[in-house]
Amino acid sequence: MLEVKQLTIAVEGKEILHDINLHIGTGETHILFGPNGSGKTTLLMAIMGFPKYQVVKGNIIFKGKDVTRLPLDERASLGIGMSFQRPPVIHGVKTCDMVGVSLRNREDRATVDRLAKRANMVELLERDINYGFSGGEIKRSELMQLLAQKPELTLLDEPESGVDLVNVALIGKLINDLLEKDYRIRTRKCMGLIITHTGYILDYVNARTGYVMLDGRIICEGDPHEILVTIKEKGYEECAECVK
Amino acid sequence: MREIKSSASYRDKAGAASAKAAAFGEDIDLSTYVSSTEEQPYLADPSQLPARAKEQMLRVGVGLDDVTQRSGTFIQMDNTPVHSLSRQEGIEVMTVSQALEKYNWLPDYWWQAVAVDDDKYTAHVELNQNNGYFIRALPGYKTIYPVQACLYLAKAQLAQNVHNIIIAEENSELHIITGCTTALGEEPGLHLGVSEFYIKRGAKVTFTMIHSWNPEIAVRPRTGIIIEEDGLLLNNYVIMRPVHSLQTNPIAKCIGENAIVRSNTIMAAAPGSMMDTGFRAILDAKGSRAEIISRVITTGGAIISRGYLEGNAPEVKGHLECNGLILLGGGIIHAIPELKGTLAGIDLSHEAAIGKIAEEELEYLMARGLTRSEATATIVRGFLKVEVEGLPPMLNAELQRAIEASEKEFM
Repeated sequence: MLEVKQLTIAVEGKEILHDINLHIGTGETHILFGPNGSGKTTLLMAIMGFPKYQVVKGNIIFKGKDVTRLPLDERASLGIGMSFQRPPVIHGVKTCDMVGVSLRNREDRATVDRLAKRANMVELLERDINYGFSGGEIKRSELMQLLAQKPELTLLDEPESGVDLVNVALIGKLINDLLEKDYRIRTRKCMGLIITHTGYILDYVNARTGYVMLDGRIICEGDPHEILVTIKEKGYEECAECVK
Repeated sequence: MREIKSSASYRDKAGAASAKAAAFGEDIDLSTYVSSTEEQPYLADPSQLPARAKEQMLRVGVGLDDVTQRSGTFIQMDNTPVHSLSRQEGIEVMTVSQALEKYNWLPDYWWQAVAVDDDKYTAHVELNQNNGYFIRALPGYKTIYPVQACLYLAKAQLAQNVHNIIIAEENSELHIITGCTTALGEEPGLHLGVSEFYIKRGAKVTFTMIHSWNPEIAVRPRTGIIIEEDGLLLNNYVIMRPVHSLQTNPIAKCIGENAIVRSNTIMAAAPGSMMDTGFRAILDAKGSRAEIISRVITTGGAIISRGYLEGNAPEVKGHLECNGLILLGGGIIHAIPELKGTLAGIDLSHEAAIGKIAEEELEYLMARGLTRSEATATIVRGFLKVEVEGLPPMLNAELQRAIEASEKEFM
C-alpha cells in the first residue's frame, strides 16, 4: 500500500506540489492526468526519492513504513521502481549490465536474455545503456529493467509517449506483466501509478482510479476512463471549472 | 654481468646528454640510484621463482605457473634476465645481449626509433647498459598466444636500465603482454625502460603494458615505434596503482602508406602520484591513421595527459580523445591535446573532457537499487572500459581482467 499524505514538494526553494493526498491499495493501479507543467513528474520523482525534490511537509508511507526521509536507493530496495522519461547514457555500462544490476545478480545471463527477448531488446543488450536508443527502445529498456527489478510499486511516466502503435501493444503487455494484470485481484500485489497524456495505456491496464493534477494540486479523483473522455472532449479547462 | 656492445659514437652522444633534463616531468637525480646488482641465476623453469614474485607478476598479466597459453616468456629481475624462451616456431624471444651477438644486423635498429641523447634517462640506459628483451616475429609468422615479458624491480634504490627491441617482420603478427612491477613495498627505485618497435610492411603488433609500482618509485619509459606500409600497432597502457613519479611520451612514426597506430591509456592516480603521460603519432605517409585515447581518473593524484598528432601526408586521419574523472578533491587532471597539420586535405581532430561523475547517472543506478558507492564503482568501471578495435578477444579479456583486478584495489 502507498499513502501520500498532505505532501508538499519544493524544487530549488520553489513549491511545486501542494498538499497531495493519494492512496493506492495493494494490487491497484492508478492513473495521473494533467497538462504539461502541472507537477505530475515531480510527484513521481518525489515518491521515488530523488534528492532534488525536497519534502516541505507531509509524508510518504509505503508498505506501512514512513519512507519520507529515506534515500533513493533504499526506497528502490524496499520495492519502489520507476521508468525514466529521458534516462542518461552511461558509457561503458551495457544494457545487459543494467538488467543485471536491476536483478541484483549480474551473473544471471540466462534471465537477462529471457527478459530481453520478452522486451524485444536482444540486439541492444551489448550496447551502452540508452546510447542512440529510439523513443520506443528507451521505453522497452526501462520496462525490461523494471521487470528485472520486480518493484511492488511501479511509477511510470508517460510509458506510451513517442512510441508507434505496434510498440504500444508490446509496451502494454510488458506493463501488464509488471502490474500482474493477469493475476486474480486478490493475489495481485503490485501497484502502479502511471502518468498518461493519450490514455492509450488504459487499454492495457486495470485501472479504476484516476486523478487530475492542475498547478501542483490534485483537483479531481474518479474513474480514469470517464476522466479521459472529459479531457478529450472539453480539455483541462473543464476540470478547472468543475472544481470551482 | 654480460656487457652490451654498443658503438663509441652512441657512448659519446650519451655522455654528452648525461645531464640533459627531459622535456617533461620531475628531474630525477640519477646519482641517488645504483645500477649494479648481483648476478642472478638463469631459470630454465620460471615457475621456480619465489611465490611472492610470481604473485606480483600475475597481477600485471604475467603468469608463470602455466605458460601453455603463451608463445614465449621473458623475465628480468632487476638488471639480470633470468629467463627467456620462445615456445613457438617463428617467434624469437631472447635477451638483447644475446640478439646482438647472434645478429650482426641488429645495430641497424639500435637507437633508431629512440634517440640515445633524447634526455639523461636514455643516456643513462646507454651508459649503464644492462639488458632487456628482444622479441621478433619472422616474416609471415603469427603468434598464436601472446609473448609475455616482465621487468621486475626487487632491489631498493636500484636503477633498472632496460633496452628492448621488438621487430615484427613483413606480414607477421605479434602479440605482447609486458608487466612491469616491483617487490618493494615502500622503498624507492627507478625504472628506465627504452623500447624500440619496428613494424614492417603488413605486420601487426599488439602491445599491452601493465604497470604496478609503489609510491616511492620513479618511472621513465622511453618508447619509439616505426611503422611501415600497411603495418599496425595497437598499444594499450594500464597503470592503476600508486607511483611516485611517472613520465612517458611514446612516439609512433607511420612512415609507410596506410600504416595505423591506435593507443589506449588507462590511468588512475592516487594521492601522492604524479603521472605525466602522453602519446605522439607522426603521420608521414599517405593514408596513415592514428587514434589516441586516454581515460584517466584521480582520487587525489596529479595527471598530465598529453596527446600529439601530426599530419604531413595526403589522406591521413587522426583522432585524439582524453577523458578524465576527478573522483575526489585534491586531484588534478591537465589534458594537453595537440594537433599539427602541414598540408591540405588531412583530417585531424581531438576532444577532451574532464569532470566528475554525473549526478543523474548515479541516481539512475541508485533507482535500480545500487548504493551510492556501488553506483560510483559501476560508472568508473564503465568509464575505464575501452573497446580496443582489432584486439584479439583473448587479449581483450586479459586486459579487462587486469583493469578489473587493479580497480578493486583502487576503489
